[in-house]
Amino acid sequence: MLYKIKQSNIKMRFKSKANNDQSPTWLKTLAYGGLVFLHFPIVFILINAFVAHDGNNTYLTLKWFSAAFAREDVMSAIALSLKVASVATLLALVMGTMAAAALYRRNFFGKEAITTMLILPIALPGIITGIALLSAMNILKIDPGFWTIVVSHATFCVVMIYNNVVARFRRMPHSLVEASMDLGADGFMTFRRIILPQLATALLAGALLAFALSFDELIVTIFTAGHEITLPIWLLNQLARPRDAAITNVVAMMVMLITAIPIIAAHYLTRGTESIAGSGK
Amino acid sequence: MQYATSLLPTTSNPVLRWLSNTLYRKNNLFLFLLLTPPLLWFGVVYLGSLFALLWQSFYTFDSFSMSVSNDLTLDNYRALFDATNLDIILRTLSMAITVTLACACIAFPIAYYMTRYGSRAERGFFYIAVMLPMWASYIVKTYAWTVILSQEGILYWGINHLGLSSALNHVLQLPAVGGNTLATSNLGRFMVFTYIWLPFMILPIQAALERVPTNLLQASADLGARPAQTFRKVLFPLVFPGVVAGSIFTFSLTLGDYIIPQLIGPSGLFIGTMVYTMQGSIGNMPLAAAFTVVPIVLIFIYLALAKRAGAFDAL
Repeated sequence: MLYKIKQSNIKMRFKSKANNDQSPTWLKTLAYGGLVFLHFPIVFILINAFVAHDGNNTYLTLKWFSAAFAREDVMSAIALSLKVASVATLLALVMGTMAAAALYRRNFFGKEAITTMLILPIALPGIITGIALLSAMNILKIDPGFWTIVVSHATFCVVMIYNNVVARFRRMPHSLVEASMDLGADGFMTFRRIILPQLATALLAGALLAFALSFDELIVTIFTAGHEITLPIWLLNQLARPRDAAITNVVAMMVMLITAIPIIAAHYLTRGTESIAGSGK
Repeated sequence: MQYATSLLPTTSNPVLRWLSNTLYRKNNLFLFLLLTPPLLWFGVVYLGSLFALLWQSFYTFDSFSMSVSNDLTLDNYRALFDATNLDIILRTLSMAITVTLACACIAFPIAYYMTRYGSRAERGFFYIAVMLPMWASYIVKTYAWTVILSQEGILYWGINHLGLSSALNHVLQLPAVGGNTLATSNLGRFMVFTYIWLPFMILPIQAALERVPTNLLQASADLGARPAQTFRKVLFPLVFPGVVAGSIFTFSLTLGDYIIPQLIGPSGLFIGTMVYTMQGSIGNMPLAAAFTVVPIVLIFIYLALAKRAGAFDAL
């Protein structure tokens, strides 16, 4: 999970020069072969969602979709996952932005420790975060449920927001804030009119990534969910029911779409933000 | 003071105005207010939980009454070195190392092709094509592999049609690799791990390759080096930190995983599955807690080695 965080900020450093050399065929084959390897399980799921077998006939169909939507357990799992991801993202937005605003221009003792602490929930294997939260819940006699899932998800979502927002803050010239103050705006006005518009796409991109991360998180959720069934947990339980495979395929495809769309959107939102209004010299 | 000439409408409420001015002037107070909620959350909820976990690793588990008592002991850590538990650790460790090596071998040509030979559009395409599987749902990808590897699955179908089934059976009979079927063999588990963590290796290698100037390779060729020599003496040393950076992910992710070992491969436990069964069905939280220390220690050792190889500059 750690690299997901890293790459959400790093833009590809394309060389400006075009590559003119001709590649050896074996290299090209290996490269495209690697891509095929990366995609064929995903394509396999996508195709399976539309396929039905009837005796010896195999045909394309949409009937599994209506079958899946008619299932109450599927719908409630989707609803729970959407709710958890939204609330966790909101909490993470507030805390991540506060941390970013506090840390981007200041240097003080313990700053490194704070940033390390923010990264820790995703740098450590998920099972450690999960079991740690579970053991704390046991000690405090907290019953697992909706809010324990939200708390665990918000913990590792903060860094997604923090990373996106702090990068934007660093590129935003502080003179904009000073100019606004000089023109008579107070702190709140400056925040609303100057800082927030500059941050908007970074906030949105971070929120989308956090949402996607929370939506398909399984490892930590298993420990903090108790009897609640989020969509990934539903899918995991489904693996023990091979007869239900057709429904599982459809739901698997939907999970993939619900996470892929925010990822692509976040990618385009943060593209080309290197030059922000006012930072050009 | 009057702000009548101000270009922006200002907050009319004097209390708010006073508040915002105070916050702007008292820098440290503002910092403190901003940092308090996240620090409380992380310090109390997260670090508190981690310490609760570590603390419990010193508790005593009574295997007769199956209950945990608060007497402090080092027995749980001593138990890590029992033959069976050491076996689990070594099994996980060797899988993590093999997966890391395999990921590096598969990732390098992809990263090299996209950086060095891909047209601009092609590089963008490769980037998205690597990003999407990386972000695609973990459980969906694992699920797809359980279907692919099953005996009615597409892989067996392909192997049978190519007439390779006897070759596959030979491979599956090998001691460390094999199993009854692909889905219950170490080979199958290894394939799934490699698949799932591969994108995490491609991107750092790609980033490292971007930084290698092409003229160094040309110079090496001009001085008479064969392509293999250029690769070994020039390209690989320069890209090595990137490979190590990628390996941090593949290594630590494999080490901590407990879903894939449950679903695919032979029955022997992994560190993750051990922790999971210890806390879940057996209720031996102290031993589970002690076991979580193993990946933490291994990862810190690995990070220290990686730092020496310069991997952190390559991230």
